[in-house]
Amino acid sequence: MSLWKIALRSIQQRVLASALTAFSMSLGVALVVAVLVIYGVVDQSFRRSAQGFHLVVGAPGSRLELVLSTVFHIGKAPAPMSYDVYDELKRGRLGNSVKFAVPICMGDMYQGCRVVGTTSELFGDLTYSDDNRAYEFSAGRNIQDGEYFEAVLGSIAAQKSGKKIGDTLRTTHSGTSGMERQEAFTVVGILKPTGTPVDKGVFVNVEGFWRSHASALDAAAAEAARARAAKEEADRVMGVTQESESTTTTELSDKDLMIGLEATPTEETPTAGAASAAEANDADLLPRERKRITAIFLLLQDGTESSIPLLQRELQTMGVQAVSPVEEVSQLFTGLIGNLQVILLILAVLVVVVAGIGILVSIYNSMNERRREIAIMRALGAQRKTVMLIILLESILLALGGGALGLVAGHGLTWAISPIIAEQTGVMVDAFMFQQGELYLIPGLVLLASIVGLLPAAVAYKTDVAQSLIASP
Amino acid sequence: MLQIRDLTKSFPQPDGTPLHILDIPEFSVGVAEQCVLVGRSGCGKTTLLHIIAGIGRPTSGKVKIDGWDIALMEESEVDQFRAERIGYVYQTFNLLPGFTAIENVMLGMTFGRDRADKKRAANLLERVGLSHRLTHRPTQLSVGEQQRVAVARALANRPKLILADEPTANVDVGHQQQIVDLIRDTCHEEKISLIMVTHAPDVAKQFERIEYLEQINHAGRAQ
Ligand SMILES: Nc1ncnc2c1ncn2[C@@H]1O[C@H](COP(=O)(O)OP(=O)(O)OP(=O)(O)O)[C@@H](O)[C@H]1O
Ligand SMILES: [Mg+2]
Repeated sequence: MSLWKIALRSIQQRVLASALTAFSMSLGVALVVAVLVIYGVVDQSFRRSAQGFHLVVGAPGSRLELVLSTVFHIGKAPAPMSYDVYDELKRGRLGNSVKFAVPICMGDMYQGCRVVGTTSELFGDLTYSDDNRAYEFSAGRNIQDGEYFEAVLGSIAAQKSGKKIGDTLRTTHSGTSGMERQEAFTVVGILKPTGTPVDKGVFVNVEGFWRSHASALDAAAAEAARARAAKEEADRVMGVTQESESTTTTELSDKDLMIGLEATPTEETPTAGAASAAEANDADLLPRERKRITAIFLLLQDGTESSIPLLQRELQTMGVQAVSPVEEVSQLFTGLIGNLQVILLILAVLVVVVAGIGILVSIYNSMNERRREIAIMRALGAQRKTVMLIILLESILLALGGGALGLVAGHGLTWAISPIIAEQTGVMVDAFMFQQGELYLIPGLVLLASIVGLLPAAVAYKTDVAQSLIASP
Repeated sequence: MLQIRDLTKSFPQPDGTPLHILDIPEFSVGVAEQCVLVGRSGCGKTTLLHIIAGIGRPTSGKVKIDGWDIALMEESEVDQFRAERIGYVYQTFNLLPGFTAIENVMLGMTFGRDRADKKRAANLLERVGLSHRLTHRPTQLSVGEQQRVAVARALANRPKLILADEPTANVDVGHQQQIVDLIRDTCHEEKISLIMVTHAPDVAKQFERIEYLEQINHAGRAQ
């Protein structure tokens, strides 16, 4: 009979106490696992969606906010930019260094999902994840640039809304502008799950977006205008208004305050080109002022480290900022979220340690009644170190048993809350994706169990056989 | 098989002076010999068996078993020696309550050099008439059955010497003879030496060799 089996038998003899100690151990391990898995998956998901393009161009302000709102659909979108910035990147001088410039217009919510106006390039030409995965459709196809009122749904958005190919969706929004029309979008495609916030997005043709859904941009622009006006007012009171700045601001307020407009004062008419042919043919041609864009995703011809700062500086002179999403995300993770994970991990590990002490107390308390059993085994020829080892094995079995339970419970817990995470962040948590940190759990638990088992094992080691055999009946 | 020479054993008393329990100049048991040890309560019978089994260490003297002086061995060597060559049957049976009958028997082979052999354990239980009780726990067995498991366990490691400390004290008279016969017959068949301690005169009188501990133990006389 193996020593493992002997240890197991003595655990079985005290089923309740053993089960309780193992259970408390499983709670601790489950917490550790949940922290590891959620962090790992969120981290991976964030990095995954931050990949596939080099820069996000948007209105000046918080860099992180720009990335979070346009790439991850978290928080409020910044003020929109003028169409001219897009034009410049698409067809202007800066266009030479740009492979793809994809407009992103953040709209209102549709059944809890963000409506985003964009072009077919987002899913046709850009990729996601660090291994450059192409977007795939589980049904239908990508939006076509000529068809203004087409929509593509992310996998979660499709699930939530229950919309299928050919269905129409009418985005609800608080209209403030007289220009908008309530056109319905036809769903032409549903994306396969990507594990990124794209899954919970509703993507519509940007042309249709401008025609029907501009109010969100209006609201953002109006708010930005109010903020600017307030700041301007404050500056005037302080008497520090600068000449150049005041003229720019006046010009901006005239044209609904569009950031980036001042950079291209001469380009009033749209440049003739192949891409604008569709627009030219459209009888319902929109004035440029209505074509506002929250952000532009840029995939550069040359994504090397030297070319990015150059472009960033150029764009800065146009009054917009270009932010590397990868950089922002890794800053976010090494900073705030990384520290948060460390704190949570420490707490979870403390729970494990407390559970380990629970094992110590449980086994130690049982030593008195087990003195006799130990003496019997010694009388049968077991050496001191053998009975000591049996106690250690018992401690290890309890810890590992609880740990295994905790591993399952931890992944189960993550699985149970993953819909909530997906709904809140668009991050699809694969609860059964094992994290590297979990590998350390097994040797960690064995070590902990050996340490806490040492005290009762020492009692077993010191047990006086002759006395224990005579003392009890 | 067993030779004891000039064995003394004393326990320290609270006042510091030693309490002399055993002082045996000479005692030996031959191969396959069966000997019954009698004596009044407290005269040191259990203490002597413990010393022979290596569970208690002598204060001085020689305890030679099968040619080995266990008084000179390291503790772990004595444990090993006991695991391989000595079977012990206790008055209180000392079965482990968490283990089934067959597991208790297998425990008798676990700590020796040979691997625990389930088939042999089952054979031994069959031999003591318990083939239908293999997976019962001690609490699910009658007192007589428990003692039979204990006898099977003492035989498990193919011992050269069996020490039986009042094996029938807790068993009713009907079972008493059964167990004595069982122990004596198996020791006879397997050529195992036997030292049995008993208070029952009708058990003692069945043995050819009866030793009175007070006679071989000089420590008792001094008092
Ligand atoms: N560890 C000890 N410390 C001090 N005295 C002890 C110790 N162990 C035994 N004794 C004493 O040694 C004496 C012999 O004890 P032992 O158990 O050998 O008697 P016994 O002959 O087996 O008696 P019984 O027939 O009642 O079982 C007793 O007086 C006992 O009090
Ligand atoms: Mg006794």
